[in-house]
This record gives sequence, C-alpha cells and structure tokens, in this order.
Amino acid sequence: MTEATHLEPHLAHHYQSLAQQTHAARLGMWVFLGSEALLFAALFTGLTVYRTLNGSVFALASQHLSVAFGTANTFVLITSSFTVVLSLHFLQAGRKGLSLFFLVFTIALACAFLTIKAFEWLHDFSEGIFPGPYYAQKELQLPGAAMFYTFYYLMTGLHGLHVVAGMGVLAWCTGLVARGDCHAGYETPLELGAMYWHLVDIIWIFLYPLLYLIT
Amino acid sequence: MRPSSEPNSPVYHQPNYLGHETSVRSWLLTHDHKRIAIMFLGGVLTAFFAGGVFALVLRIKLLVPGKFFISALAYNRLFTLHGVTMVFLFLVPAVPSVFGNFFLPIMIGAQDVAFPRLNLLSFYLYVTGAAIALFGMIWNGADTGWTFYTPYSTTTPTDIVPVLLGVFLVGFSSIVTGVNFIVTVHTLRAPGMTWMRLPLFVWGSYATAVVQVVATPVLGMTVLLVAVEHAFDFGIFDPARGGDPVLFEHLFWFYSHPAVYIMILPAMGVISEVVACFSRKNPFGYEAIAFSSLGIGFVGFLTWGHHLFVSGQSTFDAGVFGVLSMLVAVFSAIKVFNWVGIMYKGSVSFKTPLAYVFGFLFLFVFGGMTGVALATVLLDVPWHDTYFVVAHFHFIMVGASLMGFLAALHYWFPKMFGRMYPERFGIAAFFLVFLGFLVTFIPQFLLGNAGMPRRYYEYPAHFQPLHVVSTVGSWLLGLGFLLILAYLVWSLRWGEIAGPNPWGSEGFEWRTPSPVGPENYDETPVFTHRPHAYDLVEAAEYRRRELGDERD
Repeated sequence: MTEATHLEPHLAHHYQSLAQQTHAARLGMWVFLGSEALLFAALFTGLTVYRTLNGSVFALASQHLSVAFGTANTFVLITSSFTVVLSLHFLQAGRKGLSLFFLVFTIALACAFLTIKAFEWLHDFSEGIFPGPYYAQKELQLPGAAMFYTFYYLMTGLHGLHVVAGMGVLAWCTGLVARGDCHAGYETPLELGAMYWHLVDIIWIFLYPLLYLIT
Repeated sequence: MRPSSEPNSPVYHQPNYLGHETSVRSWLLTHDHKRIAIMFLGGVLTAFFAGGVFALVLRIKLLVPGKFFISALAYNRLFTLHGVTMVFLFLVPAVPSVFGNFFLPIMIGAQDVAFPRLNLLSFYLYVTGAAIALFGMIWNGADTGWTFYTPYSTTTPTDIVPVLLGVFLVGFSSIVTGVNFIVTVHTLRAPGMTWMRLPLFVWGSYATAVVQVVATPVLGMTVLLVAVEHAFDFGIFDPARGGDPVLFEHLFWFYSHPAVYIMILPAMGVISEVVACFSRKNPFGYEAIAFSSLGIGFVGFLTWGHHLFVSGQSTFDAGVFGVLSMLVAVFSAIKVFNWVGIMYKGSVSFKTPLAYVFGFLFLFVFGGMTGVALATVLLDVPWHDTYFVVAHFHFIMVGASLMGFLAALHYWFPKMFGRMYPERFGIAAFFLVFLGFLVTFIPQFLLGNAGMPRRYYEYPAHFQPLHVVSTVGSWLLGLGFLLILAYLVWSLRWGEIAGPNPWGSEGFEWRTPSPVGPENYDETPVFTHRPHAYDLVEAAEYRRRELGDERD
C-alpha cells in the first residue's frame, strides 16, 4: 500500500486505488447533495402548504416580483453551469489555461447573479416588500401576501448563501487547478465542485417558476 | 492508557491506536476513526451525565405535589435541558458516532471511514453545537420542551435561539457521519466482504445512516425557521397572520419520528452481534434481521402523523398513520423472534453484555407493545400528552437504546481499551439499572393512565405515592450508572489484560489485537464467510486452544 501511495500522490492511505477513491468521493457528493436538497424540501413544503391555503393571494403577490430580474438570473445561472462544465472538459483535455478561464468566468457569473439579486431586493424594498410584519406594499394589502414574501426572502436568501458557498468551492478549485494539484488524470476536486454548483443551479430552476411564474 | 507491566502482555508489545502517538495534538487533529470514536465517547458520556443530573433534579421536585425545591420556570427549563441533551446530544450520536465510528470500518476490513477529515469535522460540529446549546440553555434557558412546539417556542420570553442553532449544528454532525457511513459501506469493503456477509451491526448502522441523511436536514431547516421566527417575528407559524402551527408539527416529526429509529437501529445492530457471540450460534435469520433494519428505516418515514392525532388531523389520515405505525412493530417483531431464535439451543453464557440484551428484549417488547396501543387513535386520544406517553418513549429510547449502548460498551470495552471490566460488578450494575428503570417508569404508565399530564409542575395529591416510587427508581438508576462509570474507569488502568478475543467471538472485529492497531489490520483481510460462524471447525478449535472453551 505504501508503494501505491508513492505512485499516486492523490491516493489517501486507506484506499486501494484511485478508482476506488474517486468512486467514494462521487458517491459521497451525491449523498450530500441529496441531503442538501432535503434542507430546501422543508421550505418547499411550507411554500406549497401556504400556497394551497392562500392560492389567489400568492398569485397576486407573485406578480409584484420582477420577472425580468428573475429571468435574467435564471439565464446567468444556467450559463454558469455550462461554463463550469466547459472548465472540467478543458481540464480533462489537458488545457489548463482554458479550464482556469472558464472557472473564473463561472465565479464571475456567480457574482453577477448576486449583484442582480441585490438590485432586485433593493427594488423590492423600495416598493415596501419586506418579510413578515415589516411588509408595507400599498398595492397589495391582503392576508397572506406578507407570508408569500417571507418565503420569497427565506428561500432566495438561503439559495444566495448556497451561491456564496458554491463560489467558495469554485475558488478553492481554481487554486487547486492553478497550482497543478488538480489536473488531467485527476479531476476529482473540480468534478465535485461542479456537481455542487449544479445543485445550486437546479435549486434555482425550481425556485424560479414557483416564486415568479405562479398564476 | 499505560502499557501493562507484564512483559508478555499484548498491550505492551503491539503498537496500538491509543499509545502510538501521545501528544494532545495527535488526538485533537487525528483522522483516525478510532480516536474520533473515543473523543465522541467522551462527548456523549458528558452529555449523558448532564442529562441524567437534570432528570434527577426534576424527579426530586416531583416528590411533592405543590411548590418544592425549584421554581416552575426552573422546572420547565430543566425538562427542556433534559430532553434536548438526552435526545440530540446523547441518544442520536451515541451508538453511531462512538461504536459505529470505531467498529464499522474494522468490521468490513477497511483502514478508516471514507472521509476521515469529514469525520473529524463531524466531531467538532458536535462539540460546537453541544456547547452552544448547553450554554444557551443554562444562560437564559429555553422552557419549551425538546419538541419546540409553536406558537409557544416562537413567543417564549426565554432565549431559545442558541439552543436551536446548537441543535442545527449537531444535526449537521449527524448528517456528515451518515454520509461517511453510507460511502464507507459502499466503497471500502475488503475483498470477500459481500453485502450478504456484512456484520449485522453494519446493516443496522447503514440503515441508520440513510435515515440520518434524509431526515436530519428537514429538522435543521425547521429549527432554523423557529429561530428566525423567534428572532424576527416573521409570522411563519403564527395563525393570526396566515401561518400554521401544525405545519411545524409535521416538519418536526418528519425528522423526529425517524430519529427514534436513528436511536434504536444501531442499538439493534449491537444486539444482533452480542446475542450471536454469547449464544455461540450463527445468526439465525440473518437476511430477515438485515432487511428488517431497512424496513424499519423506510416505514419510519411514513409514521410521523401519529404524533398529530389530536392536532386536527382528519380521521382518515389518523387511521392511515396509525396502521403504518403498527407496521414498524411487524419489522421489530421479526428481529425479536430471530434474536430469540439465535439463542435457541445455543450455548448461552450470561455475561454482562448478554444481560443487557435480555434487558433490551424485555424493555423493547414492553415499550413496543405500548407503542402499538398508542398508535391506535382511539387509545391515543386519552393518553396523549400524559405520563403514559412519557413512559412509553422512555422504554424505547432509554430502555432499548440505552441497553444497546451499554451492551456495546461492555462487549467492546476489551477491544477498545485492551482490558476487561470486572464481571461481577457488571452484572450487579445491570440489575441496578434494570430494576431502577422499571421502578422509575412503570409507575409513570399508571400515572399517565390515571390522567397525569406530562410536563406539569404541580399535580393532585393522590398521585403522590406513584411519583415517590418513580423518584426512588431514578435514584437506583443513577446509582447503577455511577457504579458502571466507577468500574469502567477503574478497568482502564487496573482491569485484567483482555487479549485479542476474550469472548471467543467470531465477529470480524475480534481478529484485530486489543487495543486495535493504528492501521486496524496489518494487511488487508480477505473474508470467506459471514461473521459469527461458530459452526466452522477451525473456529471451535481456536476457542478450545486459546480460551479452553469446551462448550462446542
């Protein structure tokens, strides 16, 4: 086992082969992503229950959200998922420069997402859209409206935190690729980072229609 | 752990995980699953001790019907402290994080768990969460009970947020352990360790890990919502503003009912190991025991509604949840009959670990049968929120889970520390704990049936005799635990040297030296049969030669 470790610098001592270790890392990430999805599941359940209880008010409240901001952000995130895959692709092809470029590009898109989100929230605030008891939108004063926005802030807020975490993961991957610790033949860290980024993306794909496109 | 002075003792000669490095740093930053398990053991025992003291103080108050000893607010805080500490800081991590961490990799022939660094992270998440929760509760303690029911929890003047954040962190510790176990079992099995040769403790831990990973995040989100609600008053669960407190109950029990199986499944795994070892019999109904663990894990997710029978649930829903809850009893009964089947015509030796198995079987069947009764809507309505429920879940969570924990502690103590505990004291402590338990909780069934509600500070005078009996029982229990603590600490230093396999067990973990070497095995083991194969000729020869065991 010592010899194997010598030949494979990335192989931890308790694995027999790199294939076994990669399999474990992938499976671990999948299980963790499942667990992450269930973290959001509680919020999705709450949103569904309250939407059932206040159907028409939730639809009205949804129309006061900015579909333009939401759609732009959806476009930004889907693009970022594509660029992170491109980064992985170029790393596998041995083109480190391009891989780094697309990684940084992905992080830039994540920044763009958060910026758009911040402007959207500011826009919401200016209309008096605040969560819970601070809700003060004049056009829509119906029972249940505040609840919709509470869930809007909770869910987009938690998702935003995941975007920040994902940026951290991608930045860490960038460091690994730049230093040559993650390279063609050993792409596992970037692959896992990309998987996490896809989760951040796919949660948004569910948030977008459920928050912005209710009728 | 000092090496023995006897030159030929195995403790002295072989490098082991306890002694090969001794610096504080080598412990605090270790990636070794065995050392992390030992640190967890320290953590959960501290939590158990604290939770036990809170319970003893509670019981002293309950000696007297009216005001006595502590104020009503202090009483409310104490039962919250007791519940939160015992459930989240002791019972949930106890068997998986201690014995699972220690033995799961060894049992499948691995050198470590799949992600050792995450394993260490899991420990520090636990310690941080536990510290925040305990600090929060003692500083300006929560008085909501461990269930945090809204709307009380979102409006209580006591400071509940630190407790909830602590529970959130401990929950993540539990998830990380779960991820680690699932991946370890899938990817790190040694050659020949097929799924159908996995030790039953591994099956139990695997089923637990799945429940941990699936259920715990929902609890995490739920307690965060309560914390947000308490801190910012968003109205998420406030019916006056369109919120629904029953939604909280659904979300909470979606985790907290499966959490009962997080507590009991690994304990059942322990029972399966111990009962085979001390009966000298191959596991009878191996497949049935293994798959019923998965069955309990699965059905456990479909039973949470039985906590909401009096929360405005429709009769139809209540009926469905009632029947699904009873299904758990079917899987549990499969296990109980198989364990008894293992003992049948076995060569049973009544050592302390097996004594705890008997304790487990009695308390689990008793607690399980009252559980089936409680799953019956018509019976649950009068019993709901009475001492009957308290007694029922203590039979399962304390009785059964704790018996499993103590069985594991005694069975594996020689493997973990290389020394034996004194057998006579072990049996004596078992009887103290077992009798103390019955004396504490049987009166609570009677109290509940007579209408004594749970969590009440004062009670009518005619309930006093049963309360007094229950309190006396709690003292017996406390005494039993102190005795166990005393002789185990004594054994660490002065216990008889155990040798690699003092029980003559055919469990795979006993193929390693005691205490286990730093790398578990010198070379990767190859498995050719199931564990606890006592019918193998060479196994019997080994026991005759090494242990003078002529029973086979």
